[in-house]
Amino acid sequence: MKLLTHNLLSSHVRGVGPRGYPLRLQATEVRINPVEFNPDFVARMIPKVEWAALLEAADTLHLVEVPEGPTEGYERDEKFLRKMHHVLLEVDVLEGTLQCPESGRLFPISRGIPNMLLNDEETET
Amino acid sequence: MALSCPLNRYLLLMAQEHLEFRLPEIKSLLSLFGGQFTTSQETYGKSPFWILSIPSEDIARNLMKRTVCAKSIFELWGHGRSPEELYRSLKNYPVEKMIPYLHSDSTYKIKIHTFNKTLTQEEKVKRIDALEFLPFEGKVNLKKPQHVFSILEDYGLNPNCIPENPHNIYFGRWIADGQRELIESYSVKKRHFIGNTSMDAGLSFIMANHGKVKENDIVFDPFVGTGGLLIASAHFGAYVYGTDIDYNTVHGVGKASRKNQKWRGPDENIRANLRQYGLEKYYLDVLVSDASKPCWRKGTYFDAVITDPPYGIREATRRTGSQKEIPKGIDKCPESHVPVSLSYHLSDMFFDLLNFAAETLVLGGRLVYWLPVYTPEYTEEMVPWHPCLQLISNCEQKLSSHTSRRLITMEKVKTFEDRDQYSHLLSDQILPYQGHNSFREKYFSGVTKRIAKEEKSSQE
Repeated sequence: MKLLTHNLLSSHVRGVGPRGYPLRLQATEVRINPVEFNPDFVARMIPKVEWAALLEAADTLHLVEVPEGPTEGYERDEKFLRKMHHVLLEVDVLEGTLQCPESGRLFPISRGIPNMLLNDEETET
Repeated sequence: MALSCPLNRYLLLMAQEHLEFRLPEIKSLLSLFGGQFTTSQETYGKSPFWILSIPSEDIARNLMKRTVCAKSIFELWGHGRSPEELYRSLKNYPVEKMIPYLHSDSTYKIKIHTFNKTLTQEEKVKRIDALEFLPFEGKVNLKKPQHVFSILEDYGLNPNCIPENPHNIYFGRWIADGQRELIESYSVKKRHFIGNTSMDAGLSFIMANHGKVKENDIVFDPFVGTGGLLIASAHFGAYVYGTDIDYNTVHGVGKASRKNQKWRGPDENIRANLRQYGLEKYYLDVLVSDASKPCWRKGTYFDAVITDPPYGIREATRRTGSQKEIPKGIDKCPESHVPVSLSYHLSDMFFDLLNFAAETLVLGGRLVYWLPVYTPEYTEEMVPWHPCLQLISNCEQKLSSHTSRRLITMEKVKTFEDRDQYSHLLSDQILPYQGHNSFREKYFSGVTKRIAKEEKSSQE
């Protein structure tokens, strides 16, 4: 699971609403996966990123050199874009859990794939 | 006195496959590249010859880099219903537009294609020679000419009734071919990882084109299965997400779909499929998730949602359920530890899908999905609607004598507000589609067999 994905995921346990975001990340196995750098795609993603959630997740994984926020003129800032490319797309959580911050419910990640299934009782109507 | 011809007219030679899907594909692609679909022809129907006006050759070339419905495109220099009309039309084409391709330093070749008729070599040469009046000054080069010109003769569509003379003759400068070779190179037959209902390659590219997928888009498939639809989008440069309720399919484990193969191998999963075609960099993630209970935060981040939801026939339509809902004897999915029920009413599923698309698509983004239909009862009113989504196209593909599926394309035209998710409850429209719920029952019931029997006995 990439950190870009983590940034977009939210808990849908019944009753939590927006307090189900961001999911608390816990990783037991992480891999760095080189991905071809595409500055245009990374630049497109920057406005979609929730920075606090990204920084929290990056911190959990002890990542270094993570930008604190978008810089002025980031679309043309290759250094910034390369750092963001690495954080968002190259860090792959293979085993771990995502935890709903409100209800505590755990969603497992195995072989890089999060499992977000819930029982009917647990979900929003 | 020369008649003024419409400028920038092009002739598209279309493939005779998926007839209904062709026009929406071309329209979507033209709009993607800044053109607009304008034509002097009223309808195309079944014809493979389409004349359209395109603002520039660049747009025409971009169109051909994407289309799997069109074989080739030509800059149209003349056409007519007889050779004389064709020659008159050619004499009216502005000479200054011809000269750049005919000057003495250039090389060229003239080809002739006939449709629904075979000509002898002698007949072909005669027709090419008849064009001597054109100001060709360059040298003929049959092997590697700089410019290729084509005569196309249309002898209709009925192989049992071939006319003496063609209905239409066209002459133009060949510009580019379409992407029909993708159909073979991405064929499901050669794909590492397939499922019972993997989409035919041609249709998956058509879906990506109806969805106006472009480079650096994010495309999402909520019923991803083995990822076939993601492959087409990735080929066009989009980054892809998929979810599926079936743990085994997402992980690529369990029983194989190929004949003579028992279990899936280690190289059988969605990521491996993308890797097979050199598209792994476009793989974002796949998740095990119930499409009726989306796990995404509030916001708009998908440029397109392209999917083939289960119809409940070869793959089950499912959603997660509580303990009480599960009838006895239904297995729990051991990996996910969550009971998975086997009933998800089709109408609920489509309304969930439209709502999800309306919430998470960017403005202008598209939803492309298949809607299964029991043909004897189908009416246009049954196509699900949503206040934020505009219907762009609705193309039928027959599955059997009484069932078909329709490829529905919708575009988000209005920002989603919370009350929009309930509007379908206020509409009368929900009633006809609920009847549609019994698509699965009708398919499996004796109805189709009985009708087939009745038809057979009435023929005897």
